[in-house]
Parts: sequence; structure tokens; C-alpha cells
Amino acid sequence: MDTTSLWSPVLLTLQLATYTTVILLLIATPLAWWLARSTGRTKPAVEAVVALPLVLPPTVLGFYLLIALGPHGLIGAPWLAVTGDTLSFSFTGLVIGSVLYSMPFVVQPLQTAFAATGEQLLEAAALLRASPWDRFVSIVLPSAKRGFIVAATLGFAHTVGEFGVILMIGGNIPGKTQVLSIAIYDRVETLQYGEAHAMAAGLLLFSFAALLLVYGLNRRARAGTVQ
Amino acid sequence: MSGASTQAMLQMQLRLRRGDFVLDVNDTLPHTGIIAVFGPSGAGKTSLLRCLAGLEPAVEGSLSLNDTTWQDQTRKLFVPPHQRGIGMVFQEARLFDHLTVRDNLEYGLRRAPTAQRRLTLEEVTTALHLEPLLKHAPQQLSGGEAQRVALGRTLLASPQLLLLDEPLSALDRTLKDAILPFLAQLPGRLGLPIIYVSHTLDEVIRLADHLLLLEDGRISSHGPLADMFQRLDLSLAQRDDAGAVLEAEVNAHDDHYHLTTLGFAGQQLTVSRLAYAIGTRLRLQIKARDVSLTLQPPADTTILNILPCTISALASARSPAQTLIKLETAGQVLLARVTRKSCEQLDLKPGMKVYAQIKSVVLVA
Repeated sequence: MDTTSLWSPVLLTLQLATYTTVILLLIATPLAWWLARSTGRTKPAVEAVVALPLVLPPTVLGFYLLIALGPHGLIGAPWLAVTGDTLSFSFTGLVIGSVLYSMPFVVQPLQTAFAATGEQLLEAAALLRASPWDRFVSIVLPSAKRGFIVAATLGFAHTVGEFGVILMIGGNIPGKTQVLSIAIYDRVETLQYGEAHAMAAGLLLFSFAALLLVYGLNRRARAGTVQ
Repeated sequence: MSGASTQAMLQMQLRLRRGDFVLDVNDTLPHTGIIAVFGPSGAGKTSLLRCLAGLEPAVEGSLSLNDTTWQDQTRKLFVPPHQRGIGMVFQEARLFDHLTVRDNLEYGLRRAPTAQRRLTLEEVTTALHLEPLLKHAPQQLSGGEAQRVALGRTLLASPQLLLLDEPLSALDRTLKDAILPFLAQLPGRLGLPIIYVSHTLDEVIRLADHLLLLEDGRISSHGPLADMFQRLDLSLAQRDDAGAVLEAEVNAHDDHYHLTTLGFAGQQLTVSRLAYAIGTRLRLQIKARDVSLTLQPPADTTILNILPCTISALASARSPAQTLIKLETAGQVLLARVTRKSCEQLDLKPGMKVYAQIKSVVLVA
């Protein structure tokens, strides 16, 4: 078994999931905060758009992304003009696709956590002289700690498990866009069952561990223990 | 501010509409001591406090304390709650679950400007019996403990006006008795005025210097506590526990009969032996239902307290069987509630001299 051909997709997958998770936490925190507090008419529409990847076949999302990221696309064309690079079939393109695809898995736990920090606590903090930003940092963020762990874990694990969107927009370029899920598909196609087994078992174990962490946290949250 | 002699004033002209309910208050209150807000549930007591604290952005009008303006609609001014320097203890403790009791207490303390801090963590933990709880998480506390932490946390933020929304409702009698005196001395000691919402008349009589009656979103009346309890025209007089509130001084103890003599306005009252030293000033209430009247000085009665009085006014009670009577004795007002039948048989009228037989005296503080 060639270990370098085994490790390259693993590293690429971890890199993709890390970038995606970090970017998602930055985008999803204000978005989830707004969704948790808003009572406006636009809220349901935004919630629906965020949740779309949950129900759409990855091929549909992948198809539109392929067009948007292409050299003449909505995002691809300006990107090409500025950087001189194409987005489709690139690692950067994969990050953009993953961010959209894993968005609901990060936004929803954060939104739930933010909504649980009731208005009552924020009022109490305001009357203890805390400014709105101070309240967000000192009350909302720490209260939502568990939500952040769940969001980051689910976002990361879901990106690791992504297949359809990546195949549509990234193809199968070893060392560039060939992540684990694609690599397994590739090995099975070429009848390299040994490598396929190793990678599949690794993914299975990782996914189980991630979900165990999430459900373990949920159980402790229900039991009402602190920290 | 020109000086300490200037009476501080809280001016409010506030209007808040929420569904069918409208809070509409327009008055100037003395900004000293403890103002009790009393009224039936749904009268808007909590809403009034929330408007003062700045928690109701929809409120219209103006609000100012001396030369500090917190709200002025004509100038589009609305100072947000965290910049008002107003503290509020809610009906629920609202502790921060991710912090220990100690960190909860220090939350406001850390954010209070150093020059404005008036209490230390040690003083507050001692007064509110919080030492054993400092390392606990809020989830481990009982309702009464959590409420004490909430009160301590607010005091440590050093507000210039303290709003209390039934903060002692979760506390048992013993703890209430321990904490009420601590609250009572705050205005005098720290110059911290308190607006105190309560539905327990005992608490109001014990604590308040000034009483504000709120009914149906409006201030029906307000004034110094003792004056309010003397008035026959207020709903207060119609309560079963209505009665004059007066200040008396411990004059003497009688160890043989185990009695104590209290003096007020040149008159004396005898009550069961009290544990207070001679000279101590006490607040008493004589409930109207405990006062009966005779035209002649009664002889051979078991009632110890009989005061000569002059009837100053009569009013019908809510119950058609009864009449409320306002009496004066040496400048002090008493209320009596008697049956309408007796009132007519004795032909009681303002100006008549009568003898008030006082069956019992309630010591409130």
C-alpha cells in the first residue's frame, strides 16, 4: 500500500474542513445572533436559504456552484479578473462550496444556543452597566460555549463527509481537490479495495467520535451540569 | 445641584401602551428614602420600574432625576439602560449560570466607575449572608439564596437609584426580617434612594417613607407613608388591614406584668413586653378593625389602651355594614371601622368627643 497516496487525501480533507469551519464560525456567529433575536419578516426567508443544503441534492447545489464559480460565473469571473486564477476545480472553490454546504450545521446549533440566552439575562447585565458589546462577550458567548463546540464539530465533520458538491465543483485532482470521500470513490472504481477499506474505516471512526462528542454534550446539557 | 438641602426630585411623564394596557404616569416624586409602589397585580408596577430602568424602548415622554435627563422625547433623547446608573432587582434572580456566585457579585462591581463605588464585596456578602455561597454555581442555590445574590450583585454595581421588584417574595420570614433592616438603612447611609414594588402591606409599612398607589396604569395618589394611611378617600382605607401608622418611642417596661409602655404625641400605649431599649423609636400600625368607640370613658374593661379622641370625619366602607371613622388625638390620627348600625345608634358625627378602645397594636419595625 502506498502510504503517500493515502495521506495526501487525508491532509487535504483536514485542511479543507479546518478552513471551512473557521470561516463558517466567523460568518455564522453574527448570522445566528441575528436569526435568534430577529422577529422581522425577512427572518423565515433567511432561515430557509440557510437550511437549503439540508434538503437539496448535492448535485443541485454543486451544479449552480459550478456555474457561479466558472470563469464566466457570478463569482468566478471577478475572481479571475482580480487573482488571475479560476475557482472551479481549485481548492479555494472547494472551500467556498463547503462553506455553503455546511452552513446549516453551524448556524442552527448557534442559533439555538443564542436563543437560550434569554432577554432576561441581557436586561440584568445591562442594568449592571454592561454595554451591548460587553453583554455579547461576557454573557452570550460564554453561555453559548456548548453551542459553539457542537457547531464547530458538526461543521467540521460534515465537511469531512462531503462528496457530491465536491465532485461537481472540484473533480478528482489528486493533491489538489481529491479529498477522502472522493479518494475512496476513486479507489473503489480502480478496485484498490485495501486503500478504500483503510480510508472508509478511518472516516467511520472519526464521524462516530465527532457525533459521540456532540451527543455527549447534549446529554450533559440536559442533566444540567456546568462546564 | 446647589447643595444637600435641595430636595432631590424624580420627574416622570411616561406613557407606555402594550395591547389593552396603558401605563400613564405623570408626577414628581421625592428622590429620597424608600418609595413603595403598591397596587393590585396588573396595575403596572413592574412596567413602571421597567420604564424607569430604560428597558421599554417604546415608552413615550420624559424622565429625569434632578439635572440628569434619562429620556426626553422632544429632544429624541433616550439614555440606554447601561448608561443610566439605575440598578434593578427583578422578581426572578436572573443570575448568570456560567459564572460562580462570586463572579456574579463582581460583575457589576467591575463595571462601576471607581469613584462611584460605595460598598465592598465583604460588606455586601456579610449583610446578605452570602459568604458560604461564594464558590457555588447559581444552579445550586435555593430561590431565596439566588434572590439575595441578585440583590447583592445590584448593590455592588453602585447604582444612584435602586429599583426593587418584589425582591423578597422568595425569602422566608426569618431571612426577610434579617434583610429588611439592611435595605431600610441604605438610603440614609449611602444616599441611595429606593423604589420598592410590593404587594405585601406589612413590608410597605415597615420600609417605606413615601407611598405611591398605582391602579390601572395610573398613579391614584402618592404621599408620605403616614399621611396615606390616614386618608379615608383612598382604596387603602377600604382594605381589611387598613389602619393608621404612627411612630412611637419605648417609654418604660413593667416587668411585673410583663408590659411595655410606648409614647406618641403625649399619649401612651401599653403593649406586651418588647425587647427594645427605652428610647427606641418604633413604627406601629393600629388597624381600624381593632379600634372600637364609646361615648363615655369605659370603666371595668379588660382593654388597656383607651384614648380620648375627636371624630374628624366619617366615610362609608366598601361593605354596607360598616363605616370608617377618622379620629384625632393630640394631633395624631387614628382610623376606626365600626358597624353602620352602631354608628347610627350612637349618632356619631364629626366634632364629637369619643373614647377609642384599642384592642391590639401591630409592631412593624
